[in-house]
Amino acid sequence: MISLKNVSKTFNRGTINEKRALDNLNLVINDGDFITVIGGNGAGKSTMLNAIAGVFPVDCGKIEIDGVNVTRDPEHKRAKYIGRVFQDPMKGTAAGMQIEENLSLALRRGKTRGLGWQIRAEERETYKNELSRLGLGLEDRLTDRVGLLSGGQRQAVTLLMATLKRPELLLLDEHTAALDPATAATVLKLTREIVEGEKLTALMVTHNMKDAISIGNRLIMMDRGQIIYDVSGEEKEKLTVEDLLRKFEAASGTEFSNDRMMLSR
Amino acid sequence: MSGLLLVTQGAVSQGVLWGIMVLGVYITYKLLDIPDLTADGSFTLGGCVCTVAILSGINPILATVMGLFAGLMAGAVTGILHTVFEIPAILSGILTQIGLWSVNLRIMGGKPNNPLLQADSTISFVVDRTGLSQSQAALIVGVVLVIIVIAVLYWFFGTEIGAALRATGDNADMIRALGVNINHTKLIALSLSNGLIGLSGAMVAQMLKHADINMGRGAIVIGLAAIVIGEVLMNRVKNFGLKLFSAVVGAMIYLLIRAYAIQLGLNVNDMQLISALLVAVALAIPVAMRKWREKAAYTEEDLYAAEHEGSGVKALAEASEDADKEGR
Ligand SMILES: Nc1ncnc2c1ncn2[C@@H]1O[C@H](COP(=O)(O)OP(=O)(O)OP(=O)(O)O)[C@@H](O)[C@H]1O
Ligand SMILES: [Mg+2]
Repeated sequence: MISLKNVSKTFNRGTINEKRALDNLNLVINDGDFITVIGGNGAGKSTMLNAIAGVFPVDCGKIEIDGVNVTRDPEHKRAKYIGRVFQDPMKGTAAGMQIEENLSLALRRGKTRGLGWQIRAEERETYKNELSRLGLGLEDRLTDRVGLLSGGQRQAVTLLMATLKRPELLLLDEHTAALDPATAATVLKLTREIVEGEKLTALMVTHNMKDAISIGNRLIMMDRGQIIYDVSGEEKEKLTVEDLLRKFEAASGTEFSNDRMMLSR
Repeated sequence: MSGLLLVTQGAVSQGVLWGIMVLGVYITYKLLDIPDLTADGSFTLGGCVCTVAILSGINPILATVMGLFAGLMAGAVTGILHTVFEIPAILSGILTQIGLWSVNLRIMGGKPNNPLLQADSTISFVVDRTGLSQSQAALIVGVVLVIIVIAVLYWFFGTEIGAALRATGDNADMIRALGVNINHTKLIALSLSNGLIGLSGAMVAQMLKHADINMGRGAIVIGLAAIVIGEVLMNRVKNFGLKLFSAVVGAMIYLLIRAYAIQLGLNVNDMQLISALLVAVALAIPVAMRKWREKAAYTEEDLYAAEHEGSGVKALAEASEDADKEGR
């Protein structure tokens, strides 16, 4: 279980660019929850994910993972609990290193690294098996540099890397947004297979409301640094895109106009 | 002829010893993507510490190791300035380098030069036992050292810590998200790098039989030049060990060119300018090529649209051209 209690974050405090990105945010993520996160631009979705991952210290509040208070832990210490896939396919992999090197780095997420070999023969089989699950033929290219892969292939590898060592929580921040529609669909399908197949706990930010409704067991909507709508189970399954738009207008008092959300109706 | 041979031999031996320094620069510049300016100071530091230690009666091998450790500590200082106090890497290196100038003078008791005279050294050890000349002995010791250093680096960068270090240079965000404290990897890399540079300084001082406050001036540029030369000559090699080897070859060629140029009457003081130009040109060429290619690829008319008669793109282009004319 992961919990955020009264978490706030203000960027550029005391300047004209001051921005309260998280405003007393509360959220409890149960084990096995696959939560989709929606909300307008600047609502604080990425900030929430980054706060959980420890990219920056929060101003106040408490973040717990499996009962451990990690609020003050730096990013690299929380890494043992968290797998991440970023929006930018370039960000999740080391381009100059081989596919198997990237996977081996990910397999050691959160472990103390020593002077043993990074690449081990007995682990290669795992890499091959896992890569073949992607169905991209990468299992025969273990020693190719990742920089040779396409954006979609890299994103698929990143997804694999984030889950190679089972994470307590998987954070996906618009991880298909930079891909062309066909590739995005492939990566999304892989995401469902992995998260549902391995019963992972995950937070997935998306601007596609249909995806947000059809994927996962729970949906949360954010606005101005708060969670304004949290729905799960049967109620979520019955949702329509129109429902969501109405909910948003009612809760925030503004319209979803001029927003990417409109486009993906 | 024998004069030229002697010059060649001296340059090759020095090249191999300087090659150890280039391997240090390779770690920071190629693997970590940080041009570390500590090099100039840590090279001299290695030479100063080693010669002073030898003159005070310490075993030459131990004195050489002390040179290595002194460089390592200089690298750690730069690393701490950069990681703990978040001073930009280049500035951190400059600060350490400037500070080391005073430290090095202090170590040599205020004198700008510290001659070894007839004192024992790791090289005289070989000379005494084999009857070889100073530079031949230096070459043998240098080759042995280079082989050991490359072997150790090859091993180290294949380990978990070494791989994390390479990943830090490749994609710091990623490796941090995978649980590595990149402050640690950077600190290790800077220390290791300058340790090798200090070792190189210690060896060069023993070969030349003196340490000099200016012996490391321009070391970083020589290091970069050697890496560039090595890459041009051996641009096809993929194996990491061979890449390291190519950097050492680059150092040898650099020192050969320098020795011949001086032989031909070039002022030794002009070498700094030549090195700087060499590195600047080597770094500028890829950029210039890309810009030229972009320029050459631009066409006034959209050839693609012209080939596909009646496509929307062409119509749009014509429309905007008309608008341009009307505007005038
Ligand atoms: N590092 C930062 N420094 C300053 N301001 C920031 C920073 N990160 C986010 N912000 C601001 O905080 C607010 C919330 O940003 P956030 O990126 O969390 O929004 P989001 O919901 O992910 O939006 P989007 O859908 O556009 O990705 C925005 O106003 C943004 O400008
Ligand atoms: Mg975002």
